[in-house]
Amino acid sequence: MTDVARREEVGRTNGHAEQELAKSATGIQGLDEITVGGLPAGRPTLICGSAGCGKTLLSLEFIVRGALEFGENGVFMAFEETGEELSQNVRSLGFDLDQLIEDGKLVVDYVHIDRSEIDETGEYDLEGLFIRLADAIDQVGAKRVILDTIESLFAGLSNDAILRSELRRLFRWLKERGVTAIITGERGEKTLTRQGLEEYVSDCVILLDHRVSSQLSTRRLRIVKYRGSTHGTNEYPFLIDEFGISVLPITSLGLKHGATTERISTGVAGLDAMLGGKGPYRASSILISGTAGTGKTTIAAHFADAACRRGERCLYFAFEESPDQIVRNMRSVGVDLKPWVDRGLLEIQANRPSMYGLETHLTTMYREVREFRPQLVIMDPITSFLRSDAGNDAEAMLVRMIDFLKGGEITSLFTSLTRGGSVLEQSEVGVSSLIDTWLVVKEIEQQGERNRGLYVIKSRGMSHSDQIREFQLTSEGVKLKDAYIGPEGVVTGSARIAQEAREEAAKVRRQEDIERKQRALERKRRALNAQIAALRLEFEGEEHEAQRLIDEDQRREDGLLQGRGEMARSRKVDPQPQKGQEAT
Amino acid sequence: MTDILNGDETAKLPSPPAEDGEEPWELRLYVAGQSAKSVAAFANLRALCERYLPGKYEIEIVDLLQKPQLARGDQIVAIPTLVRKLPEPIRKIVGDLSNTEKTLVGLQLRPRAW
Repeated sequence: MTDVARREEVGRTNGHAEQELAKSATGIQGLDEITVGGLPAGRPTLICGSAGCGKTLLSLEFIVRGALEFGENGVFMAFEETGEELSQNVRSLGFDLDQLIEDGKLVVDYVHIDRSEIDETGEYDLEGLFIRLADAIDQVGAKRVILDTIESLFAGLSNDAILRSELRRLFRWLKERGVTAIITGERGEKTLTRQGLEEYVSDCVILLDHRVSSQLSTRRLRIVKYRGSTHGTNEYPFLIDEFGISVLPITSLGLKHGATTERISTGVAGLDAMLGGKGPYRASSILISGTAGTGKTTIAAHFADAACRRGERCLYFAFEESPDQIVRNMRSVGVDLKPWVDRGLLEIQANRPSMYGLETHLTTMYREVREFRPQLVIMDPITSFLRSDAGNDAEAMLVRMIDFLKGGEITSLFTSLTRGGSVLEQSEVGVSSLIDTWLVVKEIEQQGERNRGLYVIKSRGMSHSDQIREFQLTSEGVKLKDAYIGPEGVVTGSARIAQEAREEAAKVRRQEDIERKQRALERKRRALNAQIAALRLEFEGEEHEAQRLIDEDQRREDGLLQGRGEMARSRKVDPQPQKGQEAT
Repeated sequence: MTDILNGDETAKLPSPPAEDGEEPWELRLYVAGQSAKSVAAFANLRALCERYLPGKYEIEIVDLLQKPQLARGDQIVAIPTLVRKLPEPIRKIVGDLSNTEKTLVGLQLRPRAW
């Protein structure tokens, strides 16, 4: 076999092995995506991190979801908390451990070693632990095993040499049993775990982190290694809410939500017309981006107003203005939101983005949405999040938010502040793929004045206008004007008014022209009619004369004949007068 | 020796009734089958009891291979483990009990002086 051929063969086998690597799905939102399917099945995985980073919770969720969703029963060997404590801690997440234990799907074994009551003398091993574990596994036919935190053994027993060799044996034993195991470990100063467990568990290592940056705490998860599998290598933010752990990779977007064909009004007549004549789809995601002071919030307020007019609920997350300020400002452009607030149809939640970490924001928003059950959710603006250090995380957060809202058939509206220059800022490009309808409010500077233009960059699933419309903030709200396209592009503002005046003048001129022509025509018609009348009169005169002559001739003829007859009679030419006989 | 470990999962040694005023010693030795460490531990324990607690001790041997569910009750992790159930408080001694001095200290038959 040549070298090349051998290499190819090796390559093929490797590829084959990768496909064959069985995975055990965690059911934890996002984690299965970044591990491409879950933890390595039948092998131990090490989860390490500092205190309070969520190790126990992650492993508990793995085992609970395994039992509930994947039909794989589990054993939780707890070295730090009793079964009751564990049950209590996860009850807030909706996990009922007691029920699972009762149903024979879970065994929780609390292993407690009190060093003060133990003395050591001579040789020993950890066979007792093995036996307990084996017994628990056999009780429920467990496929998943958690050892949380096995390092506690080092605090309870003093013979490190024995412990280390026994741990090595334990991990080997776990592999032989074919159970998918999670071993948790406290983070050490220089090593991933205090006791260097990463030396023994080499198949998959996940590092959890709970850090504070700019006074905001964020939880992060990173897969340090995953033997024999591809995996996401980034640090992914994750959060712990009442549904357990959610890791936030962008790919966690389920894309399973249905799509309604119902259209809703934007509250701006001209805008509905631009969006296929009917406005955007319900439950779609809408982004309004534009530079400062272009009226993004006003359009958002129109959306809110329109929704409330339909009797729907609207939840407005304001990140820059207080609720009162929004109500006051919108009243100045003719949108009165106060009645809707009073009637409980509109709720404005104002928070500074810097107030909490992203997870907390997301969690809070989830909870508000669930409690208020709105049909429209507005986030104004999202830029504040994207601008913070956690830009990528913010995108991920928006993905989750959009996903969540779509799942609930809730229309989402986001505003985004762009800096001057190009409207398509990089940060927005990331979000834009998630947006169904993207409106841009553009500042148009022309002839010494500043005007606003509005256009639709995209609107999925409808034929939308490609025209830039001029957009005016009047005391009766937003008005969209037809834009004039001049030689230098769109004509707006006073230039448009001048253009309108010019058109008006031209129209008047044309009108006058038409009228003049009509008058001329009328004159001609009249002249013609007069001519016709004169001719007719002349003709009538001639006709009369002709008739007179004809009559005269007739009479003369008659007279001649009469005369001739009388003459004959008097001459007695013929006794029998012969009529019609003429003498020549 | 091996006979005792062989028969039932738990075996009790006959022990004479406790003397008046003296609390009986209730000892339990957790083992896993016939491992060398288990056998040694039992031998060492027996010898120690005969010498220091003649006539007032009772040894129960629990083979976890036979009764694994018993491991939980006394929080057994290491094998062999000797548990002093009585007199209270509970004491545990892990290992083959080869060091008599340490074992006596562990059983509180000798003060932790050294």
